[in-house]
Amino acid sequence: MRGNFKSTSTLVARTKGLMGGALALALGATAAFAAGEAAHIDRQSWSFAGVNGRFDRAQLQRGFQVYKEVCATCHGLKRINFRNLAEPGGPEFSAEGVKGLAESYRVEDGPNDQGKMFQRAGRPSDPIPSPYKNEQEARAVQNGAYPPDLSLITKARSAGENASVFATIGSMLRDIPSGYQEGGADYVYALLTGYANPPADMKLAQGMNYNQAFPGHQIAMVPPLQPGQIKYEDGSQGTVEQYAKDVTAFLAWAGDPKLEERKRMGVLVILYLLITAVLVYFAKRRLWAKVH
Amino acid sequence: MTQHESTYRPTTRAGQWLDERLPAARLMHSSFVDYPTPRNLNYLWTFGGILSFCLGVQIVTGIVLAMHYVPSDKMAFDSIEHIRRNVNFGWLIRNVHAVGASMFFIAVYIHIARGLYYGSYKAPREVLWILGVIIYLLMMAAGFMGYTLPWGQMSFWGVTVITNLFSAIPFVGQSIVKWLWGGYAVSGVTLNRFFSLHYLLPFVIAGVVVLHIWALHVVGQNNPTGIEIKTRADTVPMTPYATMKDFVGLSVFILFFSWFVFFAPDYLGHADNYIEANPLSTPPHIVPEWYYLPFYAILRAIPSKLGGVVAMFSAILILAFVPWLDTSRVKSTKYRPVYRYFFWFFIFSVLALGYLGGKPPEGAYVYWARFFTAYYFLHFLVVMPIVGVLETPRPMPRSISEAVLGGAGGTPHGATAAPERR
Amino acid sequence: MISAGAFAAVGAAATLWPLIQQMNPDASTQALASTEIDLKPIQEGQAITVIWRGKPVFIRNRTPDEIKKAADTPLADLVDASARNDALPEKAPATDLNRTKKGKENWLVMVGICTHLGCIPKGQSLSDSKGDYGGWFCPCHGSHYDTAGRIRKGPAPRNLEVPPYEFVSDTTIKIG
Repeated sequence: MRGNFKSTSTLVARTKGLMGGALALALGATAAFAAGEAAHIDRQSWSFAGVNGRFDRAQLQRGFQVYKEVCATCHGLKRINFRNLAEPGGPEFSAEGVKGLAESYRVEDGPNDQGKMFQRAGRPSDPIPSPYKNEQEARAVQNGAYPPDLSLITKARSAGENASVFATIGSMLRDIPSGYQEGGADYVYALLTGYANPPADMKLAQGMNYNQAFPGHQIAMVPPLQPGQIKYEDGSQGTVEQYAKDVTAFLAWAGDPKLEERKRMGVLVILYLLITAVLVYFAKRRLWAKVH
Repeated sequence: MTQHESTYRPTTRAGQWLDERLPAARLMHSSFVDYPTPRNLNYLWTFGGILSFCLGVQIVTGIVLAMHYVPSDKMAFDSIEHIRRNVNFGWLIRNVHAVGASMFFIAVYIHIARGLYYGSYKAPREVLWILGVIIYLLMMAAGFMGYTLPWGQMSFWGVTVITNLFSAIPFVGQSIVKWLWGGYAVSGVTLNRFFSLHYLLPFVIAGVVVLHIWALHVVGQNNPTGIEIKTRADTVPMTPYATMKDFVGLSVFILFFSWFVFFAPDYLGHADNYIEANPLSTPPHIVPEWYYLPFYAILRAIPSKLGGVVAMFSAILILAFVPWLDTSRVKSTKYRPVYRYFFWFFIFSVLALGYLGGKPPEGAYVYWARFFTAYYFLHFLVVMPIVGVLETPRPMPRSISEAVLGGAGGTPHGATAAPERR
Repeated sequence: MISAGAFAAVGAAATLWPLIQQMNPDASTQALASTEIDLKPIQEGQAITVIWRGKPVFIRNRTPDEIKKAADTPLADLVDASARNDALPEKAPATDLNRTKKGKENWLVMVGICTHLGCIPKGQSLSDSKGDYGGWFCPCHGSHYDTAGRIRKGPAPRNLEVPPYEFVSDTTIKIG
């Protein structure tokens, strides 16, 4: 479940921006049903943001480690195949490493000659197996909550303004020219680092945890990351922030594996078009000079 | 007026042979080469060509995407992800098609606003204008059905909300909705028929575009002064002059287009559409694509269901009556000292409605939406007829060439702005 | 001439009919049988959503407080005065009793589709916003339903529809 409830204060602020302050009073009374205060999602500095954004291989590799050791217990990543982990533009693990990794999983295949399904070792062409067979099994195990598949999580979430329907003129002028598309990653990072003690006046439902970033602030997922929980081989710090950052970067890649190809091609295309536009413009001026 | 002698002279024997049997090349030549265009067209007139380009892009990328897309409720979402991840350049083609829909609408809104500002709907261009309104309606239908195809949460709930609009029709509404759905709710059956129609509509649009261009070439182009072409001196041959200018506009437009394709491909969409459709969970905010937001705001501004639906469809259909609602003697708003303020307030209202359409239907947003909805209709039904009668237009140049070259009398040089000098 | 033309026109119209009719719900969709639901696991104050003919059906085990609130509402306060109960005639007034089964007033069974534009109202899970009248709230365009599923505020024109259902045992219902 996800909400986009805007807090009363942002509603008022936005409305003021467009229409002037007079109607702020009218609003205060009616926005009361908004289920909870949604926290402001801070922007992070991502290596893959912006026109020249590229993933940091080491970060993606660490992020995969976090996913594998922590998230994978409950969350699937079904749109990523093992082979993707070795492909350019991603974590770029070695092909042998990926083959070995795939073989450490058991995958259902079949039917065989007897018409039975059977288990075999994974292959690089297999998708990463999900922890549950289906949503019903996940809910049964997870006490009714459904841990979503993470393949598209950074695409399927946004931080308010980072989408046209929530945009203001200011955010458009900031995000379109800079090519900032990382609202989803900002949200995931804020969620992973957003666990806190609930305010004194708030009563949490049974089995729920307080999270500053989650809409409504009540989330079924227990705080997944603890300091020192994962041993990084490259000596990076074992803090919750570091884990969250790494795994979010990895998930951003999982949601958009062609990002580097896209941005690399984009720069060339834009340069080419700029030159074309200038040439066409001057050709047009020469042509029209005769008729004036 | 715009009837002109064809200057087409086939140079080869084969060309002459064909010209005597099927003068297709002659038709093309007189329509797009030596066709006389007003010499004072500004860059807003390049959007016609840009729109043809957009239609072509959507058709070509659409045909290619259909080779990989699977129109089934079980497979649609997965097949889009397959296109994004596995198909060679699939991510690029899909981005161009998705962003292209938005670009198409940006261009068409500029095109419509230009028509409204310069009075391009006025006699003798009524049929031309109405054909344009039909194209716009077809575009909305095509865009709406296309947005269904990824089968994400917004796709599913957008279809649910929009098809349910028809249930507001008295007596037969429910049957119509069931007929549209092919079931008791939106389902894979609905998706499949929408795919079929989404593939069909662009070709229907292309057909109406041919009529639109035909009508344009019968009555001739309007121009920033709104004065009809009087002599040959008012015109330049379409090729190379107007076409060259079209290429300048197009180059800049493609640059803008490409920026979104490569650096903000998801900006114009909604994050919820990366969640697969779930018939049992409504997203907290259902918003249509940005280009429908003004009409969505009008729908929600009216407290009654039938009233809202009627208002929304009227808001589009009223455009078809504009040629008869505008009583002004002059075409171009440039010479209309009073109307111009109303025009810009109208543009502001549409933008404000677009903003409000993306907001939750609560509190002050509803009241503002009602205010701007009221102005939207007042503008057409009251302002256009009344201001046109009461207003005294500014002095006009006698001809297009006088406006461009600044001959004796008329308006001061520059006031009538020959914009191609920019 | 005229008769020939008319005769041919009949043929053309007859050809059109299958082409239009094919879009209506097909045999497999229509054949979706009725559903039986066991109500035992639903505690007082809880609600479940089941699927019937591809539509969500809300089943709520209402608390005495919720029933009282619905029963005490004067009919004059209602937007839609019809019970919208498929088992009752169209003119039946929208009393709380007419929205439920006699002796089983705690069970409220209705199609969970907003009568405005077909969204699924919130209010089924405990953490949902239930709107100004403690029943359901549709997030799409802000319709509020009371604890008997009657529209009270917002753009929806009708009460939530009560589908045809019956108690086959004390704790089991059959919808359809």
